Amino acid sequence: MNGSVNVFGILAEFPTPADLMHAAEKVRDAGYTRWDVYTPFPVHGMDHAMGLKNSKVGWFAFFGGLTGYTTGMLMIWFMNAFDYPIVVGGKPMFSPFSAFPPSYELTILFGAFGALGGMLILNRLPRWHHPLLKHPRFIERGASHDKFFLVIEARDPKYDEASVRQLLESLGGQNIEVVEE
Amino acid sequence: MSEVAISMTPPPVPKELERPPLVLNQRSLGWISDHIAGIAEGKAPVWWWLAFIPSFLMFLVLVAMLAYQISTGVGVWGNHHPTMWGWDIINFVWWIGIGHAGTLISAILFLLRQRWRTAVNRAAEAMTIFAVMCAGIYPAVHVGRVWFDWFLFPIPNSNGIWPQFRSPLMWDVFAVSTYFTVSVLFWYMGLIPDLAVMRDRARTKLRQILYGFFALGWTGANRHWTNYEKAYLILAGLSTPLVLSVHSIVSLDFAVSQLPGWHTTIFPPYFVAGAIFSGFGMVLTLLIPLRKLCHLEDIITMRHIDVMCKVTLATGSIVGYAYGMEFFIAWYSGSPFERFAFMNRALGPYWWGYWLMLFCNVAVPQLFWFRSVRQNLWLVFILSILVNIGMWFERFVIIVISLHREFLPANWGYYMPTWVDVATFLGTFGLFFTMFLLFMRFLPMIAISEVKGVTPQADPHHPLGGAKPHGGGHG
Repeated sequence: MNGSVNVFGILAEFPTPADLMHAAEKVRDAGYTRWDVYTPFPVHGMDHAMGLKNSKVGWFAFFGGLTGYTTGMLMIWFMNAFDYPIVVGGKPMFSPFSAFPPSYELTILFGAFGALGGMLILNRLPRWHHPLLKHPRFIERGASHDKFFLVIEARDPKYDEASVRQLLESLGGQNIEVVEE
Repeated sequence: MSEVAISMTPPPVPKELERPPLVLNQRSLGWISDHIAGIAEGKAPVWWWLAFIPSFLMFLVLVAMLAYQISTGVGVWGNHHPTMWGWDIINFVWWIGIGHAGTLISAILFLLRQRWRTAVNRAAEAMTIFAVMCAGIYPAVHVGRVWFDWFLFPIPNSNGIWPQFRSPLMWDVFAVSTYFTVSVLFWYMGLIPDLAVMRDRARTKLRQILYGFFALGWTGANRHWTNYEKAYLILAGLSTPLVLSVHSIVSLDFAVSQLPGWHTTIFPPYFVAGAIFSGFGMVLTLLIPLRKLCHLEDIITMRHIDVMCKVTLATGSIVGYAYGMEFFIAWYSGSPFERFAFMNRALGPYWWGYWLMLFCNVAVPQLFWFRSVRQNLWLVFILSILVNIGMWFERFVIIVISLHREFLPANWGYYMPTWVDVATFLGTFGLFFTMFLLFMRFLPMIAISEVKGVTPQADPHHPLGGAKPHGGGHG
């Protein structure tokens, strides 16, 4: 590791989403791995520019939905056909048709929890402490307002303060600063 | 192969095909944040207090009416044999129907890539949540002994008996509670980036802590956005079958019974169309004044009003078709009870309710065919209120008129609500508006990050987003 322990990374500002995207392509091609761009809204095409793979949130939602459907069917069978069966209107004790609507709703309910929970788990959120959230340039009319940032983190194996600075400058980054941990 | 370089810039769009922009006057990204977040910052304007105080007093009326009803019994309402469902279930179905527009805007229009939804989805989702709250009160208290409400949950009662899942009333419990929960999840997830905006702008310690806590440490990192967008897409995909199923299941509460006028297969699609119709009516009723009071004309443009009127027209026409088809099937079925039920709707003692419904739900929305009507805000506002009056009478027609004269003339009766029914219903408006006014006072009522995302300066392939005139190319 180069750089001192209490440096989080180097922050550069870009004027437009297009500039940020071109810079991201170059940073990706330079072989950096611990870096990110920070934008007020998701920029279309940025995933490709950063070389990110398809998000895995879908798996969380899928297994959530599967759990929901199974829970619904098993719960209704257990309650109305196994644990305490009561004849109502001559209807069968258990039928997949009458058990379907609640199971369907539980599929959606658990699937939705899976999607939101999966998003938070994959993003390692909630995380109320972050070095960037202490940085005035980043928070005051910054990444949540209308600014576009790129940060290469000190944890990156290729991190070297001078070469990162030079790369970001050559890509048109402005206000290049070191962010402390 | 020729060596001619292919230009990366698309040819200019012909003038007549150009769409009006979603955000007028080329507002900057910063302006969007300042303007929308500004509504929830600083001192509350006078009009807000003028709206909030009466709403809150009405809410207190609701509390008093519920306390009176619970401590006395359901007899304080007008429900009696043979009309065992009255204003309670009418208002339940009416409120839950209103909620449907929020999910339709946030989920179905998202899947259909209708980008105009970004300006209205947050407020419509909030409306959904508060409408479902109002709706949820009725089934809970109409059972009479609210302390037995837990019988609805999958918990064995004191004799070890479980709830009975062969009844649509149990399906309804799952549908409505899932609908409420998923609507809240969807709404909250959409709020996370905007809560980060509020956190970064907060000037007092308390606001920093509260917005910071609920923003969950959102930084706007693209590695987060990619998971976020996927989760949002999946939630939209899950909410779409949800919104269609909820009102279908509500309609099964009626359709699975054998009462003439209720026992029809057309109910699920007809209820869903009606729900969306009334929901858009309420969105227009809420947003037309708010747009003016909060100076949002550049974000909620006339184009937004125009398309919402068109959705109202389309769903209103589906509802009109369903009314006609119900009559046809009643005649075609050959069942004298079925035929009587429908003749009784149009010509029986409650004929005025039926014709008021037809006027408000079938005739009134047809005015939206005219562009001049869709562009006249006063007219749209009045018509949107008529739509909701009409949809209230639709539930009145279905519930009260069907119940009051069923098979045996010995079982006939005439239903009248009591003053408690009326005051409870007015009280739910108090709850609804109190919640909505608090929402717009403390949370961004328009999705800031989503509106930014549909501006041209957010598009890296648009000249305003920094694209080079001849295309930058990608590595």
